[in-house]
Amino acid sequence: MVRLGDMASTVRSKNAGPDCITFDIIFRDAQTYERVKASGALSAERICRLYGLEPERLVHFGAFDPALAFKFTIRRARPSGSPGETDVMGSQMYPPLLDLELPASVLQQSPPAA
Amino acid sequence: MTSGGDKLNANGFRMSRLGQREPPIPVGLRPVKLLTPTGHLGFTPIEPESFWKGVAQRPDAIIADSGSCDIGPHPLGADEAASPRTWQEHDLELMLTASRRLGVPMIIGSASDTGTDRGVREFAAIIRELARKHRLPRFRLATIYSSQDLHDLKRRVETGAWTAGLDGRPPLTVEDLEQTDNAVAVMGVEPILEALRQGADVIIAGRACDPAIFAAPLRLAGYDPAVAYFAGKLLECASFCAEPFAGKESILGTVDGDGIVLEPMSSYQRCTPASVAGHAMYERANPLREYVPGGYVDMSDCVYDAVDERRTRVRGPRWVPGERYAVKLEGAGKVGERALMIVGIRDPNTIARLDDAIAWSRRKVRERFAGEQYQVFYHVYGKNGVMGELEPIREIRSHEVCVVVEGVAPTRAEAMELTNLAGRNFLYARIPGLKGTAGAAAFMSDEVLPARAAYRWTLNHVIAVDDPLELFRFQFEEVG
Repeated sequence: MVRLGDMASTVRSKNAGPDCITFDIIFRDAQTYERVKASGALSAERICRLYGLEPERLVHFGAFDPALAFKFTIRRARPSGSPGETDVMGSQMYPPLLDLELPASVLQQSPPAA
Repeated sequence: MTSGGDKLNANGFRMSRLGQREPPIPVGLRPVKLLTPTGHLGFTPIEPESFWKGVAQRPDAIIADSGSCDIGPHPLGADEAASPRTWQEHDLELMLTASRRLGVPMIIGSASDTGTDRGVREFAAIIRELARKHRLPRFRLATIYSSQDLHDLKRRVETGAWTAGLDGRPPLTVEDLEQTDNAVAVMGVEPILEALRQGADVIIAGRACDPAIFAAPLRLAGYDPAVAYFAGKLLECASFCAEPFAGKESILGTVDGDGIVLEPMSSYQRCTPASVAGHAMYERANPLREYVPGGYVDMSDCVYDAVDERRTRVRGPRWVPGERYAVKLEGAGKVGERALMIVGIRDPNTIARLDDAIAWSRRKVRERFAGEQYQVFYHVYGKNGVMGELEPIREIRSHEVCVVVEGVAPTRAEAMELTNLAGRNFLYARIPGLKGTAGAAAFMSDEVLPARAAYRWTLNHVIAVDDPLELFRFQFEEVG
């Protein structure tokens, strides 16, 4: 097993408007990105389990090829900056992703072209 | 493609000379260079070196956004700036002196963090002071106001205006508006374009959707909304579209008939296809759509190509018109007065039974404030103080924790008392097995800290309008 934090070059979270937080996981090279994508290890279900979210709070999950990235967006429990707020910009919500385990297959080199 | 002999039109754009040999692009689609030094003017000062390098490229306009809803509902609700005035002056001074030297428009959106009328007035006052200080030749200042009259919005809702809630909120109600202290409408490109058409040299706009301030000079030059808004999306956070990560460094965007080229003005940075594509999806729920008043930019077919090591060209945004022209409304309303108290806990037994200690504190507050309107929150740093309910780690091994007690009540006195009661009761928490019978908590200082009032976002909606300008008001004046 390998950690997502060791494979991705950028893992970040940030507000997307007052009601949502969006997460970006960006890879440095296309091979790693494609292997992670092919592994199916990053999925909406897994994100919901990691963050303890009801599926309806995950409003977007998908891969974004031009940036070699995965992106997902969650709805906040209450709007940003309401009383009780812990992270008004949503910028420290990503760290649990760093420890997400990926199968060792994401490390394998692509087979040489036939 | 332009030369020093080209004439400048009223807005400072270089005009083509007839008969000159030009590439086969339609008249009006002259290349336009936009310089942006910061993604949030005033938030921290602009880096001057890369800015002046950008000015040396002779941009056709100098543009920056100055607001955000990232800073929470307090600035809008209380109508206060979130940035120090000295930093706002610093940034405006750089941009104003450069724009007047080049004779090209300067455009500021979402003035002074909130984009309220207060912010526009304050920025306009700074511009006038700077014009005096630098003895600038006469120029035309446009101010565009976007604060909303809550009675007018209520009338619109009551008379059946089409509205929709964003991000899962229901449509706008009169109750939402009654809970709102301040509201702004977020302008699209049209009001800024109107100010340019009326000859503005400097535009201080109220709340504006970030890409619109960049789209305006591009629309004026004849570019379609897709390219205009998409260029704005790429430029609105300045150096965030480049790598390595850096703030407050200038970016030059050049738009021509073949897309948008991004170039960092700092030698520390590069605009690569990865950095630009990575930024295209930043701060938005959906990476393929940029919603603006009147439609959205579809980025599904965008292609990002390296021009060289430091520049990237983007092609292929598509404009998808909406069913109606709707403008976003942002609003914030006061919840109550607020206070904080900092409580430290070191006893491993108390840390292990922290939930019991919090329950004790809650109970004592409930006993005294039963029936009153209040809220109390316990931020436990060392456990889930950052992530709250989203923290997946449940078992902690911290040898100490910090509890920040946050109390909210209708008056300042009640908020202070409530927070004091909640904080001090950690000292008296009844925890089985407690050995330190002189007190179960450490106070950094036996002190309740008065905090800013509590606000919440009451409006995150869109409302349909007949005319893109109808929620905004203009003033023009000659300065200098």
